[in-house]
Amino acid sequence: MSWVWFHKLGSPPHFYRIAGKLVPWFAWPALLLCLAGLVMGLGMAPADYQQGEGYRIIFVHAPAAWLSLMIYSMMATYAAIGLIWRINVCHALAASCAGVGASFTLVALVTGSLWGRPMWGTYWEWDPRLTSELVLLFLYLGYMGLRGAIDDTSRADRASAVLAIVGVVNVPIIHYSVLWWNSLHQAPSIMQMKKPTMPPSMYVPLLLMLLGFTLYFVAILLVRARGEVLRRERTARWVGESLGAGEAA
Amino acid sequence: MALSPNNVRPADPLDSQAPGVLRAAGLLVQRDLRLALRRPGEWLQPLLFFLVVTTLFPLGTNPELSRLRDMAPPALWVAALLSSLLALELLFREDAQDGSLEQLAVSGLPLPGLLAAKTAVHWLLTGLPLVVVAPLASTMLGAPVAAIPGVLASLLLGSIALSLIGAVGAGLTLGLRRGGVLLALLVLPLAVPVLIFGAQATTHAIALEPMTGSMYLLGALAVLAASLAPLAVAAAVRISLE
Repeated sequence: MSWVWFHKLGSPPHFYRIAGKLVPWFAWPALLLCLAGLVMGLGMAPADYQQGEGYRIIFVHAPAAWLSLMIYSMMATYAAIGLIWRINVCHALAASCAGVGASFTLVALVTGSLWGRPMWGTYWEWDPRLTSELVLLFLYLGYMGLRGAIDDTSRADRASAVLAIVGVVNVPIIHYSVLWWNSLHQAPSIMQMKKPTMPPSMYVPLLLMLLGFTLYFVAILLVRARGEVLRRERTARWVGESLGAGEAA
Repeated sequence: MALSPNNVRPADPLDSQAPGVLRAAGLLVQRDLRLALRRPGEWLQPLLFFLVVTTLFPLGTNPELSRLRDMAPPALWVAALLSSLLALELLFREDAQDGSLEQLAVSGLPLPGLLAAKTAVHWLLTGLPLVVVAPLASTMLGAPVAAIPGVLASLLLGSIALSLIGAVGAGLTLGLRRGGVLLALLVLPLAVPVLIFGAQATTHAIALEPMTGSMYLLGALAVLAASLAPLAVAAAVRISLE
């Protein structure tokens, strides 16, 4: 089997072209899945017998929380590949992951705190999972801050890659330390409550939303990475050619 | 080339005379200690900061003994965290400015080992003094005298982990204009586990309860940091020096 396609993906012009072609293949299914998930989740799923209608925020909260963690590990993977094999496109992908991941983390935090209002009676409960989301947000912000503070793109790429790798080693440690911290300090009775197993009318829309959010993330990542590649290669000739600068010149 | 006796010696004549990494690290420790002892102000300041911050906590509330005792572990640990952050500026800055860090990087010796030695000196100068004044601070915060050994032990392990984690951040922000604030943003989230288990151990110590569990976890964090952080520090410093 030939690996030419793989090496082509590492070359900015090819990545730019292929990513552009791939975007609609992720964006449209994402839109359809999210629409279907929202209609089923908000309209057709029954109200929860304990939490009433309030639980429906899970259809946004859970996918966002899942993505926030997945994107961080993905960012660290891209960063490691970029650092080890010096593939510029991977650095561009890692850089594009950060903003999206931080946004999803913020969405997970905000929806989690809104959900906490009817469930726990406060907007902010030091619930272990919400707390580790908060620390994850700080990790994202640190990554973006380091990237922003270094002017030289190549140095920014490699320094932030080291940070992302250190971070990804720490994420599980932070998660479990926060988990044990709260479970040893106080045992909130509300968290002891076993979640009733979900009926299909609830988990099917949740699954659809999860898939829809993931595809949306891939689409938005490709769009952002294309922009990032263009920014990095702005002096290269292929950029002018592919953007049709020939006519202007 | 014929194998004459002249060619038996190693290809690089520098190699045979160059010190091993252990010897180099020992020399580095001596040099850094000597330099630091000539300017005691620099590394005494974070220590003073620690004492001042722990004094401020009781002033911000009603200094009832039972309340102070509840507050002592977070106050001690947050103050230790912040003062270790302040001290991190001293770790590489001078050596980066006068070029000696670059000399270490091109010396051909394993950089993680050399930087681990530098971090060890940094801990001796900023972490260990914290541990030494901790009895004072914890007594001011209402901890019983019997709790002091436990408080000392938890800070001893925790400050090792904090120095090592902080060194990664210091390496990454080396030579950046807005380094100080960024350093805090990078290091503090990574230090969350140390804070949690450290404060937990201190809480148990002050309540005169067994603290083995949190000490094991704190020790695990210190060992993990000691084995992995030097590699990350070396990578970060190399990137920053280019």
